[in-house]
Amino acid sequence: MNVSTLLYLLLSLPLVGAAFNVFIGKRLSKNIAGGFSTMMIGLCFVLALMLFNQIDGAQKIKAFNLLTLSNFSLDVQFLLDSLSLWMTLIITGIGTLIHLFSMGYMATDEGYSKFFVYLNLFIFAMLLLVLGSNYFVLFFGWEGVGICSFLLIGFHYSDAEKGIANSLAARKAFVMNRIGDVGLLFACFMLLTTFHSLEFDQIATAVDSHSGFTFSNLTLLGITLCLFLAATGKSAQIPLFTWLPDAMAGPTPVSALIHAATMVTAGIYMVTRSNFLFELAPIAKDVMLYIGIATSLAAAFMALRQNDIKKVLAYSTVSQLGLMVVALGLGAYTVAIFHVTTHAFFKALLFLGSGSVIHGMHHEQDIRKMGGLRKAMPITHATFLMGTLAITGFPLLSGFYSKDEIIGHLFEANIGLYGVIMFSVLMTAVYMFRLYFLTFHGRFRGTEAQWSYVHESPLNMTIPLVILSVLSLVGGILNLPGIFFHKGSHWLSTYLNKSYGLHKIHGHEASPNLTLALMIVASLVCLGTLGWAYQQYVKKGSVAKDDQDLSGWERLSARKLFWDEFYHRIWVLPTQCVGTFLNQKLEKRVFLAGVFGVAQWSKKGGEIMGRLQNGKLSSYLMWMVFGLTMLVLVFIIKATFWN
Amino acid sequence: METSSAPLNIEFFMVLSLLLFSIGMVGVMLRRNMIVLLMCIELMLNSVNLLLVAFSTYYQLANAQIFVFFIVVVAAAEATVGLSIIILAYRKLRTIDISLFNQINDRS
Amino acid sequence: MISSLITQILGGLALASALMVILSKHPVRSVLYLVVTFFFISGLYIMMNAQFLAIVNIIVYAGAIMVLFLFVLMLLNLNKESEPLTPMISKVIAISSGGLLFVVLLGALKNVLLAGKTHGMTLSNIGLVKQLGNELFTHYVVPFEISSILFISAMVGAILLAKKENLILE
Repeated sequence: MNVSTLLYLLLSLPLVGAAFNVFIGKRLSKNIAGGFSTMMIGLCFVLALMLFNQIDGAQKIKAFNLLTLSNFSLDVQFLLDSLSLWMTLIITGIGTLIHLFSMGYMATDEGYSKFFVYLNLFIFAMLLLVLGSNYFVLFFGWEGVGICSFLLIGFHYSDAEKGIANSLAARKAFVMNRIGDVGLLFACFMLLTTFHSLEFDQIATAVDSHSGFTFSNLTLLGITLCLFLAATGKSAQIPLFTWLPDAMAGPTPVSALIHAATMVTAGIYMVTRSNFLFELAPIAKDVMLYIGIATSLAAAFMALRQNDIKKVLAYSTVSQLGLMVVALGLGAYTVAIFHVTTHAFFKALLFLGSGSVIHGMHHEQDIRKMGGLRKAMPITHATFLMGTLAITGFPLLSGFYSKDEIIGHLFEANIGLYGVIMFSVLMTAVYMFRLYFLTFHGRFRGTEAQWSYVHESPLNMTIPLVILSVLSLVGGILNLPGIFFHKGSHWLSTYLNKSYGLHKIHGHEASPNLTLALMIVASLVCLGTLGWAYQQYVKKGSVAKDDQDLSGWERLSARKLFWDEFYHRIWVLPTQCVGTFLNQKLEKRVFLAGVFGVAQWSKKGGEIMGRLQNGKLSSYLMWMVFGLTMLVLVFIIKATFWN
Repeated sequence: METSSAPLNIEFFMVLSLLLFSIGMVGVMLRRNMIVLLMCIELMLNSVNLLLVAFSTYYQLANAQIFVFFIVVVAAAEATVGLSIIILAYRKLRTIDISLFNQINDRS
Repeated sequence: MISSLITQILGGLALASALMVILSKHPVRSVLYLVVTFFFISGLYIMMNAQFLAIVNIIVYAGAIMVLFLFVLMLLNLNKESEPLTPMISKVIAISSGGLLFVVLLGALKNVLLAGKTHGMTLSNIGLVKQLGNELFTHYVVPFEISSILFISAMVGAILLAKKENLILE
C-alpha cells in the first residue's frame, strides 16, 4: 500500500474509534464498545509495522498548507523516519495492550465508553506529536496530549469522596504542563525569527552549514533551554515534576499509558528530535545532565517510604525519566530512546500489575494492608516480579542493558557523577524490592473481607501483563552492546541514527572490558539489594511503619522532601496574596466603584435634576425666563464678538 | 425709510414693545391668581403685535399685519380653552392660586 | 410733530396701565386696566394707519376676550383678594428675572438704539381694510380656513371641559 495512505489511515483510525464510542458506544455492550477501540489501535499497530517495513530513510508527506507568508510557510506535514516510526510502534503497541487491559479494569465503571473516547483521542494526539515534521504539528500534539491527560486524570471528577482531589490533580498537571509549554512557544518563536522555518530538516541543514542564517550561540542556548523547559514540564523533571505523583489519582490504565510509557516520553522525544540544536549548546546539555541527576536522586529518595503502590511507581517513573535526561545531557540520544523503549515495557507492566492488584484488592492501594498475595494472584505476581527485576537491572533483562549503557556513558564523562548515579540505582533497587516484597510476600495485613475478595484478574487483564513481561525479559536484544561472544548488534542505535542530525554523532564503542566491569558492578548492586530486601522483609518480616512512627530521613522521604509544601509557599501563596490584594484594592475600589459610581452618579444627578420639577408653576416660569435670557445673551455675544 | 424728519420712528416702538413684554413677563412670574396670569400672557402677545405692526409700517409690507391677525385668532382660541380649564380646576381644587396646584411633581 | 407727541403720550399711558394690571390687588381691576391698555394700543395702531387691526383689536380682544375673563371672574365669584401674601423672596426673584430679561433684550438692540439716528416710518395704505383683505384672501386664504378649524376645536374643547359634571362636588 501507498505510504501516504498508510499514514492517513494510521492517523484517522483512533479518531474513528473515538467517534464510534462518542456516538454509539453507550448503547452497545461493553465488550463491543471497548473491543472496537482496542481493535482500532491494534490496526494502527499493524499499520505501523507495515510502515516500518516499507520505509527506508526519511519520507515527508504533506497534508495541507496552513498559511503562507512572504518568507515562511506553515504546513501540516508528517515526517516518517526511523525515530518517529519507532515511537509510533511503542505508542500503538503498548496502547493496544493497555486498551485491552482497560476493558477488564474499567468494566464496572459507568463512564466506560467515555474512557475509551479519551484513550483514543490521546493516541491520536500522541501520534501527531511524534509524526509531525515541524515544531508546529509537534506542538499541536503536545497540547492534545496535555488535554487528554487532564481529562483522564480527572476522569472520576464526580466521585463522592475523591472527586475534588481528582480535579485538583488534573488541574495541577495541566497548569504545570502549561508552564512548560511557554518554553516550547518561546523556542518556536526564536526558531522562527532565526531560521524562518519550523521544519526539522530545514533547521538541521541551516544549523549545519550556516547557509545564510546568522545566529549567535546565545540564541541557540536560549532556544535549547526553552525546549528543555518544555521537556521538564512534560517529562516531569525538576522543577515541574510534582504533578506526576498527583496524577496517580486517575485510573490505573491512564497511569500506565500516559504517565509511564508515552506522554512523559514526549519531552525526551522532542529533545532527541532537536539534537542538532543541543549539540551546539553544550551549556544546555550540562544543564540537562545535572537536572537529570538531581531529579533521579530526589525522586528515588522520595519513593523509599511511600505506601501507595502507584505513588512508588510514579516516583520511580520520575527517577527513570531523570536517567533518560542524563543520557540526553551526555549526547547519547539513541541510548535515551533505548531506555524509553525498555522503560515503556517494564513500567507499563508494573503499572498494569499494580492495577491488577488494586482490582483484586477491591480498590485498596495501601501496601501496608497487603501482603502474601502471590498465592492468590499467581500471574500478576510472576509478571510483577519480572517487571521489578527489569527495573532494578537484574542481569540480562532489558532494563539491565539500557541502564548500563547510560551508566557507561556517564562513567566515561565524569566518574564522580557515576558514583552519584550508582547511588540512585541502589535506591531504585531498594524501593522496588520493598514494594514487591511487602505486596506479595509475608502475611496478609488487610481485613478478612478483603482477603475473601482477593482473586486473580480476568483474562483480558492478564494477557497484556504476560506480553509485557516477555518484552521486559528479552527487550535487551534490541541494542546489545558488544561484549559477549557476539559482536553486539546495537541494532536500535544504528537504526535510529538514520534520523536528522543523529548520524553526525559518533559515539564510540566503549572498550569491552570497561563495559563488562560496569555490568558486573551494576549486577552486584542489584543482586545484593535483592538479598538484603529478602532478609529484611521476608525473613525478618519487617513491615512499613505507620505514619506517626516515622522520624528523621524516613519522615523526609515519606513527606516527599516537603516539595509540594515548598511550592505552595513560594508560588501559590504569593499568587493568592497578589490576587486578594488586587481584588480588594483594585477591583473593588477602582473598577467596581467606577462602574457602580457611574450608575450612582447618574442616579444622584437624576435626583438633583428631578428637583426642578417641583410642581410650582412659578419656578417653571422663572426657569423659562432664565433660559430665554441666556439664549438671547448667547446670540448677542456671538454677534458682538464674531463679526 | 427716511430719517428723523418723519414723526414716528421705529426705535420708539421697539423699546415700547420691549417694555410691555417685560412687564407682562414680570406679571406672569409675580401674580398667583391664574386668571391674572392668563391676562399677562395676553399682554405679552399684544406687545408682540405692536412691534409687528410697527415693522409692517416701516417696511411697507402687509405680511406682518396678516400675521397679527392670526395671532389675535389664536389668542382668542387659547383664552377660551384656558378659561375652561381654569373653571374645571376651580371645581376640583376650590382655588385658583397656582402655588396650590403643585400636585404634578417629582415626589408624588 | 403733533402725531409724534400723541404717539408718545399714548405709549406712556399704555405702559402705565400695563403696570397697573400687574400691580393691582383685585382681579377685576386688573381686567379693566388691561382693557384700557388695549385701547391705548389700538390708538397706537391708528397712529400708524393700521386701521383694520385697530378695530379688530378692540372688537376681539377688548370686546370679546376680556369680557370672557370678566364672565369667569364673576361667575366663580373670584373677586376677593384671595391671594395670600407672596413671600418677599419670590417677588424679588420675579422682578429681577423680568428685569434681567428686559436688560438683555435691550442689549440686543443696542447697536440700533445708540446709532445716533432714528429711522422714520412713512405711513401708507397697507393697513386699510381693502388692502389687507386683498392680501388676506389671495395669499393667505389657506391659513384663514384653517383658523376656522382652530375655532371649532377650541369651541368643542371649551364646552367639553367646562361641562357640568353629574356628581355634586363638595
